[in-house]
Amino acid sequence: MPTPIISLPLSLSLRTQIRQFSASQEIEGARSPPQAMAARVLSFYLLLFLSIAQLGVSLYEDQVGLMDWHQRYIGKVKHAVFHTQRSGRKRVMVSTEQNVIASLDLRHGDIFWRRVLGANDSVDGIELAFGKYVISLSSAGGTLRAWNLPDGQMVWETSLQGSKPSKAFLLVPTNLKVDKDNLVLAFGGGCLVAVSSIDGEMLWKKDFAAESLEVQQVVQSPGSDVIYVLGFVGSTQFDIYQINGKNGEVIHHETSNYAGGFSRNTLIVSDDVLVALDVTGSILITVNFQGGKVRIDDKPISDLVGYYSGQVELLALRLGRMFALKAHQHIALISVTNEGKLEVAEKVNSAAAISDALPFSEGQLAVARVHHEDNKVQLTVKLGNDWSTNLLDETVKIDGQRGLVQKVFINNYIRTDRSHGFRALVVMEDHSLLLVQQGEIVWTREDGLASVLDVTTTELPVEKDGVSVSKVEQNLFDWLKGHVLKLKGTLMLATPDDMVAIQAMRLKSSEKSKMTRDHNGFRKLLIVLTQARKLYALHTGDGRIIWSLLIGSLRKSDACGHPVGLRVYPWQVPHHHAMDENPSVLVVGRCQLSQDAPGILSFVDAYTGSEIESSGPVHDVLQVIPLPFTDSTEQRLHLLIDTKQRGHLYPRSREALGIFQQKSSNIYWYSIETGNGIIRGYAIKGSCIHEDSDDFCFEPRDLWSVVFPGESEKIISMATPKLNEVVHTQAKVMVEQDLMYKYISKNLLFVATASPKASHGIGSATPEEASLVVYLIDTVTGRVFYRMTHQGCQAPVHAVFSENWVIYHYFNLRAHRYEMSVIEIYDQSRADNKDVLKLVVGKHNLTVPTSSYSRPEIVAKSQSYFFTHSVKAITVTLTAKGITSKQMLIGTIGDQVLALDKRYLDPRRSLNPSQAEKEEGVIPLTDSLPVIPQSYLTHALKVEGLRDVITVPAKLESTTLVFAYGVDLFFTRLAPSRTYDSLTEDFSYALLLLTIVALVAAIVVTWIWSERKELQEKWR
Amino acid sequence: MEKLMLILGLAMVFVGLGLSMAFHSDELLVEDEEFGLEGSATDVPYARPSQPTPTRKRSSDPDSDSKIQFSLEHAFGESEFSPAGTFTARLKTWSQGAQTLTKLRFSRNSLTEAEMEQFQKLLQGDDFYRIRLPSNVLNPPGRDYIVSSVKARCLPRDGLDEHFVIHTEGVNILAVNYGAPGACPYPRQLKLPSKWAFNSYTILKNTEQAPRTPVFTEEITVGENGEIQVPPPEKSFWAKYWMYLIPLGLIVMNAMTQAMNMPEEQAASQGQQGGAAAQRAPVPAVRRR
Repeated sequence: MPTPIISLPLSLSLRTQIRQFSASQEIEGARSPPQAMAARVLSFYLLLFLSIAQLGVSLYEDQVGLMDWHQRYIGKVKHAVFHTQRSGRKRVMVSTEQNVIASLDLRHGDIFWRRVLGANDSVDGIELAFGKYVISLSSAGGTLRAWNLPDGQMVWETSLQGSKPSKAFLLVPTNLKVDKDNLVLAFGGGCLVAVSSIDGEMLWKKDFAAESLEVQQVVQSPGSDVIYVLGFVGSTQFDIYQINGKNGEVIHHETSNYAGGFSRNTLIVSDDVLVALDVTGSILITVNFQGGKVRIDDKPISDLVGYYSGQVELLALRLGRMFALKAHQHIALISVTNEGKLEVAEKVNSAAAISDALPFSEGQLAVARVHHEDNKVQLTVKLGNDWSTNLLDETVKIDGQRGLVQKVFINNYIRTDRSHGFRALVVMEDHSLLLVQQGEIVWTREDGLASVLDVTTTELPVEKDGVSVSKVEQNLFDWLKGHVLKLKGTLMLATPDDMVAIQAMRLKSSEKSKMTRDHNGFRKLLIVLTQARKLYALHTGDGRIIWSLLIGSLRKSDACGHPVGLRVYPWQVPHHHAMDENPSVLVVGRCQLSQDAPGILSFVDAYTGSEIESSGPVHDVLQVIPLPFTDSTEQRLHLLIDTKQRGHLYPRSREALGIFQQKSSNIYWYSIETGNGIIRGYAIKGSCIHEDSDDFCFEPRDLWSVVFPGESEKIISMATPKLNEVVHTQAKVMVEQDLMYKYISKNLLFVATASPKASHGIGSATPEEASLVVYLIDTVTGRVFYRMTHQGCQAPVHAVFSENWVIYHYFNLRAHRYEMSVIEIYDQSRADNKDVLKLVVGKHNLTVPTSSYSRPEIVAKSQSYFFTHSVKAITVTLTAKGITSKQMLIGTIGDQVLALDKRYLDPRRSLNPSQAEKEEGVIPLTDSLPVIPQSYLTHALKVEGLRDVITVPAKLESTTLVFAYGVDLFFTRLAPSRTYDSLTEDFSYALLLLTIVALVAAIVVTWIWSERKELQEKWR
Repeated sequence: MEKLMLILGLAMVFVGLGLSMAFHSDELLVEDEEFGLEGSATDVPYARPSQPTPTRKRSSDPDSDSKIQFSLEHAFGESEFSPAGTFTARLKTWSQGAQTLTKLRFSRNSLTEAEMEQFQKLLQGDDFYRIRLPSNVLNPPGRDYIVSSVKARCLPRDGLDEHFVIHTEGVNILAVNYGAPGACPYPRQLKLPSKWAFNSYTILKNTEQAPRTPVFTEEITVGENGEIQVPPPEKSFWAKYWMYLIPLGLIVMNAMTQAMNMPEEQAASQGQQGGAAAQRAPVPAVRRR
């Protein structure tokens, strides 16, 4: 490996070194004791460079952003509070369904700050308080926090222990003070709590759950300290409590009954009227509690809105003296007159979105209504007090791929002509966030990308004759200039300005964002499916969106009430027709969240982003098995398994059926019943026999089952080898020329079970009660190859399976630490085939098909190590040919991605490795795995809310592409053994050229000299 | 005298032998090896192949309260499961109340004519021969049956060779690895057994305990990187920088020899042209051209 030798001294001496050379310790450790003979020296230095190559994945400061990109998102907005008055920076505070609280720049949509709460800490409400805090209530009223408005620092946090689950409200009264201390009221867990705004101290608490009151609403009486708490006892009794806001004492309590019974869908209208539905959902009840006197009226809904069918719903909007009722695909806006009469102000289509009322000058209210008209979106701001008056009426053109408007929030401002202007923050169906002002979209945020469900990749189009490279590349002069700049940088002659120019040039290197396939396979399309059922294609070069598609067949329809997206698979990958055919992907969805809901299949062109074909609702889909066969159009055969374990073959063509039937005797699959603790194996029995079946449906036959004892074991984690993984060497040469054959099979399943108590969070079980059992199961025959118990260990388990090894992470209760274990399995039945020479010359009989029905002779080696971090996701690098050494990629609890060399997780590590083992690269045994700060792939960044890390091999063997997603997206390129097969990107060709020129010049000059000398000699 | 002694000695030997032969113990000998193997051991070779014998009613034995038996059922392709044999094992109860199975023994029913025919059909069609066991041996079938299957063509050798590895956890059976005792190369050839009888090998397997994670104390200092830092002995300057020094030395030597040659040359040319001219010599040479 010549490159490291050349580049090492250069980079060490010239670069600004924020990361030390990580391998230096290793070199010292691996170096021989002084008494070692000189003959060994060479091999040591070979080893030295080897270890540098394998462990040094660190990055220099100026390399950040060269091959990685990071995108920050917040998710689908559910609350928004504007902060525009009397502040230099106009901002909007939002909370999202991904449990993010963020402050956005209202001018550009950038994030000022954001805080990602835990996965179970969903936000119930946010409010601005006293011009300096953002108060958030989360965890169903369990946690109240105050954040500093300008920078998002947490000021205080109060944990509110309620007695039983209930609705959660946050109330920041305007002028409720105790000793100059403003109060914040929070309701959650059946308790109303007043908290000091200075330090979050709890001032008083009133428990309503004890009085079996189901609190529906908490309101402050306008202009006084009285808090009204409204709720139901049972289904028919209505209770109203008047509470002194300063000390929590009950001033007044009144009950009344309504025989029809209340449903739990209620709404407060204009501070003194509660609107509710009755149990049947057909009668509207208004409860007027003005001044503490309760008056209940009812009115059938059909009297108001005419004929309707289906569910009726009160929309949780605050519209002044109005409320919105959703019935029969319409939203009826109903106003409550002062006498308590109900009048329908307007009926709009249910695809419309309505904002809360916004008070602006002198008690006037503005309400925004957004609805779709053809391809455009109509934004209307109306006067809440007088519905017929339009304050604003604008038409905005919004990309059709964003779907319908889901939510709208409005904010007012004073125009230059001193009239009132309004801007609207719009949340779309694809979860994107738009700011609309003066009929234009000011900015857009693609926040759908915060909820990625699944990712696949496709290649970019092949460079065609028509597409010239030079178009993207600059002219020769620019090219030369760039290289001269780089040369200056390398020779340390560059001025700071030059350095900036070099950095900028590197970052926007057009090479990496080109829309064609590259030789190294670094440029690809990431096809990403999000929770909003939208498909995005991201360019791996810079992360920009190439196309996006709101999948039409996965949108809400009559046949499909709550469609969800599940997975995305590569469907067609053209190799033979790569020039004129586009690859396509298969998107699998479901009509409902439940497993037995009908499935939806959609086929999408990966270059144009258009839906080619869709089918559905079809049979339910439990799992999708991509088969290793393709038809003549290079469509991959897929077997979709339904809940009855019947297999459905796609594509539905005669040709595919022919291929499938030929191979069907060798197709096996399995199902894991996690709740039951049973794993079953199946094979194809024959065509379906039930009615309305077609030729593409196949009945299963039970082959095997593994039943875990329910009282002592519960399945908590599974892992399988990746189907697209390539294993380069089948054997491992041990010390003393010994050979071990890896047991390599794609039909292996790793299962971890834990005792029922130990399968929950840490602390739920004592070490005596906890045990963790791991299994390696062959999924064709159901044989258990290996079983091992870890006493005193427990969930959560994260595992990764690759080649012939599995690595898993769990918690050891006895040692109070996380551990990682490795199991490597070797095939003993081929052990007598130890002739290395035969293996090398290819005489070895490795091409004979192996059968799972042969009795395996497996030797397993295992070893455990402590690991400091808890883990969110774990994966392994994949390369094109599987030659490059492997690294584990660990998504840590700190939302970073850590690379850990597989060599640290070698079961053969021993305390004092022999000389031969050392040369082979066996690291001396330590009890814990090292966390090397330089090997964080995410360097200084955080992939907030990290959920998974995927790796994709590049065409270049040394390199793998890594994509980590959570709320944020992060992409980088990783060379686990350094780029031994190519020059680095910033290799200075100019320097090379200069050297050659200098050499040539030197040759010429010396030649002239020697000629002259010769001449002189002759003249002498 | 010597003869007398010899006779006496012989007589004593006979008496001793006679005495020992006269004692007949009335203890019921439990033939341990009859139960096959210690099941808890994991890496023991196979049990003796048990010849198909009719099932013995062990449950009626008054001594066998700790003995249990459970049946093996088989099916040919898609047929219904029918009894095929009986496993007998000893249930050992530990002081903590945990129960484990040991000493597994298997007796297979001989195949009936109909079953033989069915099996032949399986061989013809390369179909599955399926077996099942209860998942709980105390109250069979437990939550569900443990099913396993094998391509029928894998079994025939001389007779029908089968191999069971039964994975147990207390009184529960988790899984059974069932198949031929050796290899079953693909594609499978049709071969009829010469003898229609099963040779069964059984192993009882319990879970392995994971090796404990090694815990090191401070005798090995662990660096910040977690790697072992054996404090490296300070190396001499030469040992550290030899790779720079050797080329440097070579260059210096090269330069030295050059320098040595130069004065010689100069001295030679000085003798002919004089000192200063040697330095300027090329310049006039250019002019001359």
